[in-house]
Amino acid sequence: MASDAMAPITLRAPKIISELSRQRLAAARWFLLPMLAALSVVAGWPLLRSIYFSFTDASLTDLYGAEFIGFGNYLRWTTLASGKTIYRGLLVDSAWWNAVWNTLRFAFWSVSFEAVLGMIVALVLNAEFRGRGIVRAAILIPWAIPTIVSAKIWAWMLNDQFGILNDLGLRLGLLSQKVAWTASADTAMQAVLIVDIWKTTPFMALLILAGLQMVPKDIYEAAELDGVHPVKQFFAITLPLVRPALMVAIIFRLLDALRIFDLIYVLTPNSAATKTMSVLARENLFDFDKFAYGSAMSTLLFLIIAVLTILYIWLGQVRFDGGDR
Amino acid sequence: MASIELRNIRKSFGVVEVIKGVDLEVRKGEFMVFVGPSGCGKSTLLRLISGLEDITSGDMLFDGKVVNALAPSKRGIAMVFQSYALYPHMTVYDNMAFGLTLEKGHHKDEIRQRVEKAAEMLQITPYLDRLPKQLSGGQRQRVAIGRAITRDPKVFLFDEPLSNLDAALRVATRIEIAKLHEEMDNVTMIYVTHDQVEAMTLADRICVLRDGVIEQVGTPMELYETPNSVFVAGFIGSPKMNFIGGERAEQLGAHTVGVRGEHLTIVPENGTWSGKVIHTENLGADSYVYLEMGTEEPVVVRLDGANNYRSGDVVQISPMMDKIHRFDAAGRPSA
Repeated sequence: MASDAMAPITLRAPKIISELSRQRLAAARWFLLPMLAALSVVAGWPLLRSIYFSFTDASLTDLYGAEFIGFGNYLRWTTLASGKTIYRGLLVDSAWWNAVWNTLRFAFWSVSFEAVLGMIVALVLNAEFRGRGIVRAAILIPWAIPTIVSAKIWAWMLNDQFGILNDLGLRLGLLSQKVAWTASADTAMQAVLIVDIWKTTPFMALLILAGLQMVPKDIYEAAELDGVHPVKQFFAITLPLVRPALMVAIIFRLLDALRIFDLIYVLTPNSAATKTMSVLARENLFDFDKFAYGSAMSTLLFLIIAVLTILYIWLGQVRFDGGDR
Repeated sequence: MASIELRNIRKSFGVVEVIKGVDLEVRKGEFMVFVGPSGCGKSTLLRLISGLEDITSGDMLFDGKVVNALAPSKRGIAMVFQSYALYPHMTVYDNMAFGLTLEKGHHKDEIRQRVEKAAEMLQITPYLDRLPKQLSGGQRQRVAIGRAITRDPKVFLFDEPLSNLDAALRVATRIEIAKLHEEMDNVTMIYVTHDQVEAMTLADRICVLRDGVIEQVGTPMELYETPNSVFVAGFIGSPKMNFIGGERAEQLGAHTVGVRGEHLTIVPENGTWSGKVIHTENLGADSYVYLEMGTEEPVVVRLDGANNYRSGDVVQISPMMDKIHRFDAAGRPSA
């Protein structure tokens, strides 16, 4: 026995998998199976179909008679007799790039505001005060209301004739005349942003709050003994420690914001100032009967989101295993 | 270097009064240990001294100056927490230097010197670039102590610093803390523990607390030799002091008689009391014999070396009469 223990440890020792580990692995596979099956049916297959359709000339009236046309929906060109080349397709479509720009602008501003406001709300909710439980539940209300409903509520509040915002603004002297918030190209994006920030900040706050509660309390006591100013405390201690939770929260929101559809569709229908990639893709797919073209948009949308997400994870060094603790 | 004076200190959390009027003076350079069972208020008292909790009433004086409302960072204290409370995202070096970098007037080189000196004292120099999570419990606790040393405090507070360590490390770290006290003989140290061995081995003076009031303050030997209550007598010393009541005590002129296991001898005949052996423990250097003799808890006799008594044996014992403690019905010593 003793000689066994003395045997030199070899680096390439055979990997021993115990009965228990094997059972666990098997169980894990069985638990994963339904999810993978569901995902491949509701996400994988439609994704592949969309990508396929984007390379065809499919239309709503003749989906199955679609013929393969290569990259024609993305970019094609004809050279005229005069020697002038005319480019067509998604990659040179100004409406598409306008939608891309709108989406990126919307995602950047909404996620930025939500992160900052969510952090502030989370810090408040993390403090101990009477009735904290009720406040925590109440703050979720905007998030719980279906987007269609909250979009309609806000549409009325922002209404140029009967809206309460215009009324309040006029009475308080903040506005000199009524503003068509959702219809005017100058304010439509702001209107959408306001509603989205109102709606999603609670979600952000709760995710950050979960991260805040992971920070041990005694660290703050040590900081107090070290004489760390509260502002410094936030930037030197709180922020680095909630960063993992914050980064994950931001990525959730970023994914959501990049494919925003419902709020814009209801609040500012048909406004070039707010039309996003999803809205434009749907319009082409169904309203304009350019099914293949819409599919190409969907495919590009998918690629753009994928690239942005990978960039974010890579640059932000996001870790999904709960950070460095 | 600071002396600390507590004058009728009280602390309530809501309607619950945790500290019920404490008067205490901690002398300059002294190692004072607060000891008591859980819930006695010893940690709360330490937090009141640190300023992490506000006192409800009374006065707290550092060097004769009232500090009731002074922020913790301005009291010249450093504290070592039971849970270490290291900043998890900072290296050992940054953990130790953080407090100094915030104070004005410290040059970078000076900070580095002070951190390195403290690290050397505690033998954590090789770990300065590591994160706390890469260290063992004992190493983390030494970093926490190092962080406190670096701040060059006048008062050093320890809140059960050894509780999260295993037995061997606890002894080793205890010795290090004792050495630290010798090296930093101008720093006042206050140490909270529920472990009377730590209290006995480290303290210049011990303050025994019970239910938010001071039961007794004195040197370890004073508490061991002349406890002024049944509670202190039972709390200080290991194994626990035996208490014998009823008729046996009355014969010796007391309501309760306390006698330590090491002050009992097993005699062949004519013993003062007799009892049946129910259990023995051999620790090598000494051994304990547990006797059933109708008292609330079995009576422990401590013998040098091993013993051969078996359960069921009936033995006679005699206390050393000059070492017994007589207590009255209120649990106070009777003369």
